[in-house]
Amino acid sequence: MSDNCSRREFFANALKLAAVAAIPVGALKILEPGEAKAAIAKTGVRWGFVVDTYKCIGCGFCVKACKNENEVQYDAPVSRTWVERYVIKKDGEMLADTPNAARDGFTTSKIHGQAVPDSEISKAFFVPKLCNQCDNPPCAQVCPVGATYQAPDGVVLVDRTWCIGCGYCIMACPYGVRFFHPKYKVAEKCNFCYHRISKGMKTACVDACPTGARMIGNLKDPNDPVTKIVLNERVGVLKDEYGTKPQVFYLGLDKNVR
Amino acid sequence: MVETAASAIHGAEWTIKELFVYPNEFIYWSIQIVMYPLMTGLVAGAFVLSSLYHVFKQDDLKDIAKFSLIFSFALLFAAPMPLMFHLQQPQRGIQVFFTPHFTSAISAFGIVFFTYYIIVACEIWFVYREYVVKQIKALEGKDGFGNSLLRAIYRVFSLGVHDISEQALHRDHKAVTILAGIGIPVACFLHGYAGFIFGSVKANALWMTPLMPVIFIMSAIVSGIALCILTYIIIMEWQKHRAKSSRKAWGMSAEELGGAEVDVIRKTSKYLVGFMIAAITLELLDLVFRGYTSLKSWDILRSVIYGKDFVNIFILQYTLGNLVPFLMLVLPGLSVRRTAIATMLVLLGVFMMRYNVVIGGQAFSLTFAGYMHYHLPIVPHSMDTYKEGLLGALTIAVMPFVLFYWINKALPTLKYK
Repeated sequence: MSDNCSRREFFANALKLAAVAAIPVGALKILEPGEAKAAIAKTGVRWGFVVDTYKCIGCGFCVKACKNENEVQYDAPVSRTWVERYVIKKDGEMLADTPNAARDGFTTSKIHGQAVPDSEISKAFFVPKLCNQCDNPPCAQVCPVGATYQAPDGVVLVDRTWCIGCGYCIMACPYGVRFFHPKYKVAEKCNFCYHRISKGMKTACVDACPTGARMIGNLKDPNDPVTKIVLNERVGVLKDEYGTKPQVFYLGLDKNVR
Repeated sequence: MVETAASAIHGAEWTIKELFVYPNEFIYWSIQIVMYPLMTGLVAGAFVLSSLYHVFKQDDLKDIAKFSLIFSFALLFAAPMPLMFHLQQPQRGIQVFFTPHFTSAISAFGIVFFTYYIIVACEIWFVYREYVVKQIKALEGKDGFGNSLLRAIYRVFSLGVHDISEQALHRDHKAVTILAGIGIPVACFLHGYAGFIFGSVKANALWMTPLMPVIFIMSAIVSGIALCILTYIIIMEWQKHRAKSSRKAWGMSAEELGGAEVDVIRKTSKYLVGFMIAAITLELLDLVFRGYTSLKSWDILRSVIYGKDFVNIFILQYTLGNLVPFLMLVLPGLSVRRTAIATMLVLLGVFMMRYNVVIGGQAFSLTFAGYMHYHLPIVPHSMDTYKEGLLGALTIAVMPFVLFYWINKALPTLKYK
């Protein structure tokens, strides 16, 4: 430092140096042209799902496949996907259950230990559930650190390295699809098997379903079978009233379904 | 094998499911989330009580103002602790400050909390500056480790400002008024926003109401004033006891102390009653409105409110926690003992209100066709059952009193001349 550097100048320069040093190196990452384009361009993919409740037989293969694929402990009572059984009696009473998330299917006709005679049943059916990958996801809205976010293709993801485990997203989801992962102790949910669909594969549950009750596809592709069903058939979504804009569409949705 | 996997699920330990409940539903927000709004409520309430004197010149609150300010500070340190106990990844809690996601109500926590913290700390500095400077002079040259340590603390506290001329003290006074004035809305925001965290959860039929922040603010002030009165009574009784057994406490006889005490609590309890009326009115309005509009969720809410949680809501919260202490406080001839019992009941009422909101909001399933029952872990057998059990809650409850004890050593809150 030269002699003619005044104290004032010295402090001013030191401040500038500190300011420059404060910029994190990560913020200066240079993107490849392809990466930059992908970061700003709208993607041509919007993942969506169709569940045909008429086809579901309640075998629970989807639940089993999901647990194995996504390392959710096999014996834990939580699951990224599950199947519900609804029994509507002739007097209008609704009974429903999902024993152990229907991992082993439905092995008894008793519901909550209660036997219902066939003569009293007016209708009965199964409804598979999974994350709705909402267009207006309340879980992503309430995450205080941005660990849950929506990918450009619509799938809502969780960053396991960033989640603080406050559980606000679990509280915010009207569908109860979220839980704390037993091993990682962070928020966990169905992500349409993101590691598979991004490689051109189907989700584990779609592959495991013996009746084709589950379908995944790109809603932005008008020729995709899923898109065709959503556009041409009479489909319903779960809990429309919350304004979450769910992207899992159901064929044969009954008013009793919760 | 089944047991180990099940017990690894957070919430499975204390949740009993009944009828149709989604598989992933458990009581995820348990006792610590009851403690969190309770603590921030006490912080806000204690601060508002002290500000009533500093800003609105309610001279009848002069004696309790300093005390409630320091108590608010002690509570403020303990307030974020329930969240640390609750987080599954507490070591990452700091990320709320560094990478806040501003669409989340929780993300404002860092900003609101630190703003408030700075305001309270500054106010304490101005309020105690004169005392501290005098102490530095008084302790000069005195022997003993305790004295020199205390003097060192005071010297740091004074930040080198030793001017206690009339002019300087006048400026201090002005600064306190301004800080207390800013502090009131910030304290209300600190707690109102805790209410917003619950009130904005659209998935929860019990929590979702725009009244929630206001209800939280009112009950916060109620709880804060009640705790300040109660702690004040305990301290005064202790001093009276000392005055009786030995010579004099603070240079006053037991009778003189007793007279001052009754005077303070009678005046303070008037404010308590006022805020209680506001809080109960809002809570009842919410209940009536839910019943009258009877939306889809009302069937299950009614079965919880009037059925499963009846004792918690109508006996413990409204009757024992609101009605009984209200009558005790408004009936003529208010005594110290009656006030002490009434404030304890008020605190029970506010605790039960938090409990019934947080736990009651998870007592029914998102299916509206099933229930979840909460069993508070009493004897811990794992970190989870300690942190989110009775012992964890007690740890949090004791914390502010321990802090207050130590802060009070250096900055005495109740000194009569």
